[in-house]
Parts: sequence; C-alpha cells; structure tokens
Amino acid sequence: MKDPNIKKVLILGSGALKIGQAGEFDYSGSQALKALREEGIETVLINPNIATVQTSEGVADKIYFLPVTPYFVEKVIAKERPQGILLSFGGQTALNCGVSLYEGGVLEKYDVQVLGTPVQAIMDTEDRELFVQKLDEIDVKTIKSHPAKNFAEAKAAAHELGYPLIVRAAYALGGLGSGFCDNDAQLTEVCEKAFSFSPQVLVEKSLKGWKEIEYEVVRDKYDNCITVCNMENFDPLGIHTGESIVVAPSQTLSNKDYYFLRELSIRIVRHIGIIGECNVQYAYNPDAMDYRVIEVNARLSRSSALASKATGYPLAFVAAKLGLGYGLFDLKNSVTKTTPAFFEPALDYIVCKIPRWDLSKFHGVSRKIGSSMKSVGEVMAIGRTFEEAIQKGLRMIGQGAHGFVGNKELKVADVDESLREPTDRRIFVISKAMDAGYSVDEIHKLTKIDKWFLDKLENIVRTYSDMKNYSDIEKMPEELLRQAKQQGFSDFQIQRAVYHDNGSIPANQDKVRRYRKSLGIIPCVKQIDTLAAEFPAATNYLYLTYNGTKNDITYENDNKSVIVLGSGAYRIGSSVEFDWCSVTCIQTMRKQGYRGVLINYNPETVSTDYDMCDRLYFDELTYERVMDICELETPHGVVVSVGGQIPNNLALRLSGSNIPILGTKAENIDKAEDRHKFSSIVDALGVDQPEWSELTTIEDVDKFIAKVGYPVLVRPSYVLSGAAMNVCYDEDKLRHFLSLATEVSKEHPVVISKFMQRCKEIEFDAVADEGEILAYAISEHIEYAGVHSGDATIQFPPQKLYVETVRRIKKIAHKIASALQISGPFNIQFLAKENEIKVIECNLRASRSFPFVSKVLKINFIELAAKVMLGMHPVAPQKSAFDLDYVGVKSSQFSFARLEEADPMLGVDMSSTGEVGCLGDDLNEALLKSVLAVGNSIPKKKILLSTGDALQKADMLMACRLLANHGYDLYATGGTYKYFIENSIPCTKVLWPTECENPNLKGRFRTALEMIQEKEVEMVINIPKNFTEEELSNGYKIRRAAIDFNIPLFTNARLATAFIRSFCSMSQDDIQIKSWDEY
Amino acid sequence: MIETKLRARIRLENGAEFEGWSFGYDKPCDGEVVFSTAMVGYPESLTDPSYSGQILCVTYPLIGNYGVPNEGTDEMGISKNFESEKIWVRGLVISEYSFNYSHWDAVKSLDAWLKEHNIPGIYGIDTRALTQVLRENGSMLGMIVPEGVAKDFPIKDPNAENQISLVSCKKVISYGSSEKKVVLVDCGVKHNILRCFVKRGIEVIRVPWDYDFTDMQYDGLFISNGPGNPEFCGITEEHIKKAMSMEKPIFGICMGNQLLARAGGAKTYKLKYGHRSHNQPVRLSGTNNCYITSQNHGYAVDNNTLGEDWEPLFINMNDGTNEGIKHKSKPFFSVQFHPEASSGPTDTEFLFDEFISKL
Repeated sequence: MKDPNIKKVLILGSGALKIGQAGEFDYSGSQALKALREEGIETVLINPNIATVQTSEGVADKIYFLPVTPYFVEKVIAKERPQGILLSFGGQTALNCGVSLYEGGVLEKYDVQVLGTPVQAIMDTEDRELFVQKLDEIDVKTIKSHPAKNFAEAKAAAHELGYPLIVRAAYALGGLGSGFCDNDAQLTEVCEKAFSFSPQVLVEKSLKGWKEIEYEVVRDKYDNCITVCNMENFDPLGIHTGESIVVAPSQTLSNKDYYFLRELSIRIVRHIGIIGECNVQYAYNPDAMDYRVIEVNARLSRSSALASKATGYPLAFVAAKLGLGYGLFDLKNSVTKTTPAFFEPALDYIVCKIPRWDLSKFHGVSRKIGSSMKSVGEVMAIGRTFEEAIQKGLRMIGQGAHGFVGNKELKVADVDESLREPTDRRIFVISKAMDAGYSVDEIHKLTKIDKWFLDKLENIVRTYSDMKNYSDIEKMPEELLRQAKQQGFSDFQIQRAVYHDNGSIPANQDKVRRYRKSLGIIPCVKQIDTLAAEFPAATNYLYLTYNGTKNDITYENDNKSVIVLGSGAYRIGSSVEFDWCSVTCIQTMRKQGYRGVLINYNPETVSTDYDMCDRLYFDELTYERVMDICELETPHGVVVSVGGQIPNNLALRLSGSNIPILGTKAENIDKAEDRHKFSSIVDALGVDQPEWSELTTIEDVDKFIAKVGYPVLVRPSYVLSGAAMNVCYDEDKLRHFLSLATEVSKEHPVVISKFMQRCKEIEFDAVADEGEILAYAISEHIEYAGVHSGDATIQFPPQKLYVETVRRIKKIAHKIASALQISGPFNIQFLAKENEIKVIECNLRASRSFPFVSKVLKINFIELAAKVMLGMHPVAPQKSAFDLDYVGVKSSQFSFARLEEADPMLGVDMSSTGEVGCLGDDLNEALLKSVLAVGNSIPKKKILLSTGDALQKADMLMACRLLANHGYDLYATGGTYKYFIENSIPCTKVLWPTECENPNLKGRFRTALEMIQEKEVEMVINIPKNFTEEELSNGYKIRRAAIDFNIPLFTNARLATAFIRSFCSMSQDDIQIKSWDEY
Repeated sequence: MIETKLRARIRLENGAEFEGWSFGYDKPCDGEVVFSTAMVGYPESLTDPSYSGQILCVTYPLIGNYGVPNEGTDEMGISKNFESEKIWVRGLVISEYSFNYSHWDAVKSLDAWLKEHNIPGIYGIDTRALTQVLRENGSMLGMIVPEGVAKDFPIKDPNAENQISLVSCKKVISYGSSEKKVVLVDCGVKHNILRCFVKRGIEVIRVPWDYDFTDMQYDGLFISNGPGNPEFCGITEEHIKKAMSMEKPIFGICMGNQLLARAGGAKTYKLKYGHRSHNQPVRLSGTNNCYITSQNHGYAVDNNTLGEDWEPLFINMNDGTNEGIKHKSKPFFSVQFHPEASSGPTDTEFLFDEFISKL
C-alpha cells in the first residue's frame, strides 16, 4: 500500500528533445503525473520543454520552466519542499541530475525521498565497473574487456574467453588497430598490429552477428516481477537499439530461448533492486543458448515507451504507482479494467519499430549507423504479418518510401559494401539486392540479419514481381491481390506494379481501390487488448489489418466522430509541439461532446496514449488509410490543421473524396501551399513579398539573378544529398549547389528568391473564424532572417519591434485571413527591415510555436481553433500580449554532439532537434534561463572569439566591451584580435588552425584548438565570416572542437550578443525561481 | 514450401465457419476447439498430452518461425525437446504460417512435422475472431475440413470419453535411481515434469493412471497433469484417498490438482473456455506473493466445496478461480498451473523443491 507521508512529489522532466532523448519522456512524465494526481498527491514538475503535453495546464499542479540541472532543482526543492522525487521519468537528464543531487547531499538535506528504484541501484547500473561486479555476484554474463600489456597476456585472456574475439588497441580513436580473430594465429597477427598503435590492447569476446534482444521488466517492492514485453532487433548487435528496426514480440526465439532470457531478466532486476520499470538488453548467440547482458536501464526508456505502446500496458503509469509503494496486485489492468496489472500481455499481432533519420539536414555527417544514436524519431507499425508491419512502417517514416518495394530507385555504388556497412538506408539496399538477384543466404552473410526476416522480405519482392505480370488490375487474380494487401502493399505500390505510374497516379490508385473493394478486399479493425481476446476489453486502441475477417468494433455512424490527424514520426521540423496541438485539439473535441478519434503512429507521443481519445488508430497517415478509417467512422469531420505538414498535405485529396474537412476549406489550404497561387493572392492584396521565380533552365536562373542580385535563396525540387535549400552568395556557390540537384528541368524546377540580409523575422501565429482573427501572437526572432525559424531564438511578446511594424503586420494578416477565409489556426512569417514588411510564408495550420505562444500568453490557441472548427464561433479572448508583464524566450536545442563531424552551423535549413521555452520578468532573465536550459552555462572567466565579418564585428563590439568590463579574459583570432585592439578592448591573440604551421607564428601564440581541447575556455563565439573554403574549414575545426569538448558554442552574432548582455546584467543567483502560475 | 495451396475450412458446431488454407496433413479432423494465447512454444504445446482430443487455435498470428527441433530422447527415454512421444493435438489453427524457419536447433519445418504425424493444420484464419467466438460461446466442437472432403456434424465429443486412458502410459516405467522415490501417477504427464524430478536427483516411478500404487515403496506421491474431465478418474481418486491415509507427501499438477481435490471431497466443474496461456497471474493465498504461470486446463476445482481440512493454496488473479489447494495439517498440496512450465514462464519451479523437501 502507498506511503501516506508522501503528499507532494517533484518530477524531473527531460528538457528539450534531442537525439537519444526525445518525446518518449513526455509520454512517461505525463503518465506519472496522471498516476500521482489520481492519488491526490500534489505534483511539481521541472521541465523547460514548453511544447510538451506534460507542461500543459492541468497535468501537474506546479510547473517550472527551468533547466533540469542540480542548481535549479535544488532551488525548487528548497522552495517547494516536496516529500518525494521521481527520477526515472525524465530520461538520462533527470537520472543524472538526481544522482548528483543525491551525491551532493541535497536530497538528504531537504529530506526528500527518492520514489521507486533507489539511487544506489541506479548507480550500480550506470557505472560500468559496478555493473559488471554486481552481475558477477549472481553469475550473470556481461560483456567484459580484458586489458593486456603484451602478447602473453592477450593470449591468456583469449583462452579464457574463447574465440571468436575482437582485439582493440586501447586509447586509439576510430577503431585503429582493432581486428577480429578466430584462432591463435590470427590473434598473433592482430596483436602485432594493435600493439604498434598502443601499449595496451583490450581483448573481448566477439559478438558479431549476435541477436539483440530486450526485456521490459516491472518489479514492485514485494519482489513481484513481470516482463511486460520482449523485443528483437532486426539488425544484429553492433547497431544501437535506437538505430535498429525492432519487432515485438521476438520472432526467432523458441520457448526455451524466450523463457531462459525472461528468467535471467527477473533474476537481474531482483538482484539490482529495481522498484518500478527497467529494461534489460542482451546479446544472444544465434547458434547456441548463450548470452551476454549488454546493459540495464534503471529507468523508463525509449524501449519502454515502445513496449508500452506495443502491448497496451501503461508502463510509466504503473511504475509511478509502484514508486508510491503499491504492489502490482493492488493495481488494475487499465485496458480490461477488471484484471490486475500483475500479468504479462499476450500479443496477437506484431509491431515493427523503424527509426527515422534526418542525416541529409547536416553538412559533413556520415550516413553510417552503429553504436551511437543518430536517428531523430521513430514509428511503430502494427500488423498480423511481418510483411504487413514492415511495409506500413517504411511508409510511416515519411521519407518517400512506399513500402519495401516500389520505391524510387536507390543509387548504390557497391551493394555488398552497403549491406556489410549499415547506413540509414540499409533496408532499401536489401530491397535492391533482392531485386538484383541476391539470395537470402548471400544477404545474410553480409548483414548477419536473421534469415527469418530476410525470407519474409523476399516474400514481398516475389509478390511485387508476380503483380508486374499484369497490366490491368482487373486481370490480376483475386488471390494475388489479397495476398499483396495482406503483405502490406499500398494501392500506390500495386498501381506502380501494374501501371508503372502511367497516366494519373491518383486515378490508378482509385482504380485499384475500387476494384479491390468490389472483391471485398478491405482491411478490418482490431483492438490491442493486452490479452489476445481472452477477456472482453473495452479498449479503444486500434489498428487495421488485411489479415483478418472481422472488425472488433461496431460503428455508431452517428455523425459524432471527429477525426484528428496526428503528426507522425518526429523529425527535424516537426516534433512534440504538434503532439501538444493534437492532444489539445482532441481533448477540446471530446469536451464538446464529440467522439475524439485520432490517427497517429508515433510511439513516443502522448497522443497515442490509451486514454487520450475515444478511439485511437495506431495506423498510417496516408490518403489510403485515412480513407479506410473515414469509411468506417463516417465522421462529422476531419481535422488536418493540428498535426503539422503531413495531415495538411492530405487536405485537398480527402476533400476531393468528399471527406468533410473541418476549418479552413481545403482549396484555401492549397492556395496557401501552392507558391504560385499564394503569390498572386498576396500581390492582389497589395502585400509585398521577396522577389522569386520558379525556373526550369539555367539561362532563366541567370536572367533572374541578374535582375535581383546575390545573395539568393535556392530551392531545387530534388537534391541527391545535402540540404534541400541553400543561400548562394555568388555564382560559384550557385553553380556548385545546382550541380548537386540532379537536374533543372520542367519536371524539376528550381525556385529562386531574393535573399534579404540583416532583416528581422517575425512570426504571426493566430486563430481566425471565417476570415476574422480571434487571437494572435506576434513574436520576434533574435537572429536575423537566414536562420531557419525552427532554429531561431524567439522572444514573445516582441521586445524590439516598432509599433508601426506591428500595426502593419496586423493589417496584412487580417487581409490574408479574410482572403483565404481562414477558420482555424494559421501562421504567417514576415520579414521586416525598418518598417518595410514582406510576407515570406503562410501556413493554414498550427505552427511550431503554437504551444509556446499559447503557454506564454495563457490563451490556448488550439482550444480556440478547435471550437472554431466545430462552428461554435467562440468569442475572441480579451487579452493581448501587450498586457504581459513578463517575457517568454524559446531557444533551440541542437544535437551536434551526436552527429560526428557535422558542422554545427545554422542556416536556412533547420537542424535543431528540440526547444525550450522559459519565462522571465524581462528579456534578460528569460533569455538567460532559456539559453541555460538547452545545455549552456555562463562562462566563468575565459572566452574565445572570432566575430565574423566587419558588420558582425561591429554588431558585437558593445557586447565584447561589456565582457571586458566584466573582467572576462578574451582570446581572439587574427581579425577579431586586431579589431578589438583598435577599439581598445584588451584581448589575447590565438591562432587559427591554418596558422598553426606558420613558422612565424608557431610557438608565439596559443592556438584556438588547444585552448578548446584543454578546456581552458568556457565559451566559444565563432561567427562564420564568409563561405570561402579556408574560412569554412578554419571555422569548422573550431566549431566542431567546441562541440566535441562540450564547450558552449555560439555561431550567431545577434544571439551571442543577447546572451552576453543577459549574463552581464545578472548572475545565475539572480534568476527567480517562479512557477508558471506565478507569472 | 507448399507448392499448391489447398483451401480448407474450420467449422464450429454453432455454425460459425472460417476459411483458410490447409497445411500439415491434408485430411479432415475434429475435436473440441480451444484457444491458447501463448506466443511461443508450439512444439511443446502440440506434444502436451493435456491437449488430447482438442483442436488448438493459437492467437499469436505468426507460427512456425523457429521450425521444430529433433525428436530424440535421452538415455532414460525422456524426450529432449518435446513434452511426450507424439503430437496430441488433433488439429492446429493459425493465422500466418511461416514457410521458412530459422533456428539453430531446428531440424524440420512445422509443416513437415505435422505431415509426419498425420496432423492437419489450417492457416490464413482470423484466429482473433475465432477466439472471440470461443470466448463468447465457450469451447465447442469443431472440425478442420480441406476442400473436396465431405464431413459434417454430428461428431463425437472427446469430453465424453476418457482422454486420460488414451494418453497415460500402459505399464510402470522407472527413471533414475535414488534414495528418494516418487510415484508419479501418469494422467498424461509432460516430460518436463519428469525432467524436473530427475534433475533434482529423484527416482520417478511412473505408473498408469488406474494403477494401484498404494502397496509400492515410495517417499512421495505425484499426480500429473492430463486432458479432459477429471470425473473419469474415479479409480485414481480411490487410490489417492488410500494414499492420503498413509500421510506421505502428495503433490499434484493440473489434473493432479483436480484429482487431489476430489479425493479430498471437493467438486470440479468445466470452465467456459478454460485457461490456456503463458500469462495467468496467481497469488499465493494470504500473501503478497504473485507469480506468472503457464496453464492449460478446461476444468477447475470449486473453491467453495473444499473440505474443512483443506484450503486454497493459490488463486487466479484474473477470475478468482482456484489455482491450487493444500491440506491444513498434512503434507498434501497441488496446483492447477504448470510449475514445470515448458512451454511458459518458470516462476514457480520452486514448488518441486518444496515438495522434495518434504520427502
């Protein structure tokens, strides 16, 4: 039973989304908060991630938008005096913070009890040495490194471990001098090489090709244990589980294997002393019953979010209750509501998780995947065959694939190598190899992927090629068509096999759809009920499959369903903010008496939680699937405007198929999306826009540029690799960039627009009702235009805009809203130079900044928009941003540290993975909190500067003087040094990387790189000056070093200036510890 | 690989029909249709004698993935990989059959194995929908009928015959030799029960279900699992009653639980659709100790009919049914679930140690 002394509990969130720590912690934190509130416990949440659902009104009693660091958490503890703290719901950030509070004696000082897994158990799993020791105590095998200083020692270690082995040179970067060996002779050879690199080698058991298996284990304080789910990685060991395709439950384990590992998991978890939830990862020998424990995560993790969504078992919710002292037998299975939470879900489907990468957004990053995580999001597909699940999943990742086959041809230089050395595209290389006649055995040899998976993939290839024998869908045997649908083929893939995209693709798709429906080949709806239909379950957790003959649901057809289309996989440019929008929208619909139906397939979200909506379809957001669902639900309407671009893109086609779109009409959405249509509307309204043109020949490109002049923003329609758009400052750069685009032609035009320099960028987020604006928020970027709005630092309300600018913006927005008869959320982006305003973009949907402005202004824009979309004509809220006596600042979180070799520079393409939003009494305070919350710190003494070109140097002069006046030691590279001295700012000269070998300079000055590598500076300001190769390479080395050595880096003069001003105006101790409701 | 696909149907006595494709042995079969929600362990389930007379519908949709291991036995004649010498299930109903299998320990496909044992299978069935029919209506009779075969109801109800007499050994068999001897009454014993005793150094004397063992020299009595209705085993009950008077330790599993209960005066009844899965939660009565268990039974002990000397040992946390009984003063206890697992979770294997410690 629960501990009655716990009345107030502090929960640590995970902060901004970043690679390796994403939306899954919004899910786990939200569930934990729900579990606590249900018990009448007062909850306090610290999480600066303002776009999350957990930081919404009504989820926690008190919310602090503050950095999750020991400093701030201690302040909050001192102020709130909670009796308990939960550390395992906010990822590694919260866990590390908790451990450090424990070690620092803070928890003891304030008598705060850690609920759930004790800190000692956390430390036992986090520290590699302690972990191995701990598992040795119960004879559980871990992966061990045996250090050896000479060949004799290496050989002894080898014989103890048994071949095959891997020998690595210690202290050598990038795997230099390491190799595999199967016998003594090979060991001799590899050791000779390794010892030439390093005085020490590490001998380890080679687990190459071993399976990777995970178990999610729950334990209560009475020592009762269950394993909620196991999972098997499609990719064998060596690829981080976050980078692997994963299936649940395991597919290639026999009963013996399954329960052998299950028993071990429970033994481990009991020995470590987990209370709550944890995850055990194994390497498992594909040729014998042999295993090694890879690691144990003593907290909710990405895998537990996946397991929770895959089984319907609310892991985070249960873990929170167990932390309060409940036993598993005290709690109910929240799906059946009658059976206890002490049980292990039985699945009658297979789920397939596929990661989503956005590597092409980064300059210089390698596409290879391996032991560190690079993916930014994931999808979960559900089916009743593996083929069905994986084909669904490959469509869901939203990178142009239509499934495993039937995709645009992938160009692969060396298929063998691409199979052997996995990249983010390996699954498609497998498809290509199969198409080229590689056998399953050959592919298995190169990839070590279990043949079971490969055989299934080959089934897909075979069916596709069988379908190609028919040139008319009506000639195709019914059985083949059914089989194709059961293997997860979309109507699009089928039309491609049959008609090869000839004629109108949508018309072909419709033909396939009509014909199969006439044969009764339609999907059926199944529940995820945790018990494989053994008990009746009133669950609303659904998926569609062609491997079934009966719907689990009977439909009311009462015109009361509102379908909200969710946001799909998190990606750069679309993440948790749209989940907040989806959740808020669906909740509003439900409050208004509608049946809230949601479609989404992202396991990291709150929107896909079992109790968020009346019906959840864990399924695709494609035209085909949305139509399937609409035909079942016959909805009152469909909301396409709260889930980002994916649903927005479906508007026109759904509306064309007579699906009622709620809010702004689909043709008007299209008018804003279509560049030409929007441009002529803007012209007709007499509103200014940067000059642009869509061009199909190089001659036309030159002509246009001759007219507008450089720099220009170039957007080709198809680029092989690299960024999708770029700013070109001169002809060389333009030619180079266009050469990356495969072609410039009628089919692949390039859009070029005049790039405006030194302009302010302004966001206008609003809700309109039949063309009348009900509420709006104008926010201002701190950086000049040219930094993607998703990467920019945003201040709201605007702090530096002329009243006249604001007035003009409002006027233009009113005109546009009225012209497009907007009913619902929308966003317009403006450029402003002095009072000259230009429109750059308009989206008739919720934008990334909706949660931020809604929470700062305390007017819920989505709730308002949802009411508009229901035709309720809500009254405009009587509150304006000008009434606020505080400021909100949104900062972007970058994940460059995870992306080896990527250039951490900002540009017109977005590269941030997350954001925070903090409040302050003035701009300085809000900005300081916000910048600290994305992982920066205030420099103590030493700062390294390269402040860019003449204009930027001038821009930063005042700020640099401020630094000098505050006693900072400034270290500057050549030009900056000279400029500082000319302006009487004391500073020390340091060398650029290219100057290091110059005999006149070498030795006389410190080099910038060594100051970074030795961590002598606490902040690096590196403003790229121009885009010459030398400049880029010099700057790149410094920027990259700052990232690799974890030193706060600023590459934008405006942001750097603002940050300097704020920390010079106040210290960390001056920051007020105020919760959201205190503003 | 099956070259030509043969259509087949599974038909239930209430008129429900599902169409799919035949695999394994392409001939018809009939029996009581039951479902299991276990996600792994088809080789173990198919050879579990408790399934005698039944057509098994597996709710997990992907079956055959890891093939079938070899049929060898150890030096004592205990099957290495299976739960008995043969397949007892009369027919197998699944959703998706995996034509290709992948496992180091596999020697053949499920299809080939079923063919060897003349067991029909059907795939391509919406096993979830079929399970819902069984859940709502209770287990019922049914048949698998390949296309082109004439077969109709009525069919013989396997519950009307004594399935235990079919699956029990015909003569006394001994396993191992030891100071400690356990007489094992074979109502359809799973080989893992034999393994669980033997690996603990116990000598097992396996006797047929109706064999009068009461004059034998032994240290403990074990009553095994077995198929169908316990009411057919009046004679076994009589032997157990006699054994109880000798006060030597008694341990029963599954059918053994029902027979011990009946011998102690309690009643048994048929559950609507039985417990067949790997995820049945049970709680040790009067404690906070809970276990996940493997189960396979259609009949249960009525808690309300336990005599004064008896008390429930375990309770099913899902539906409150009896999961074991114990004598208040004597060393007699039994469980409804399978502590030997195979297939299923191994949480309760300690019960063997418990029993052995009493010998």
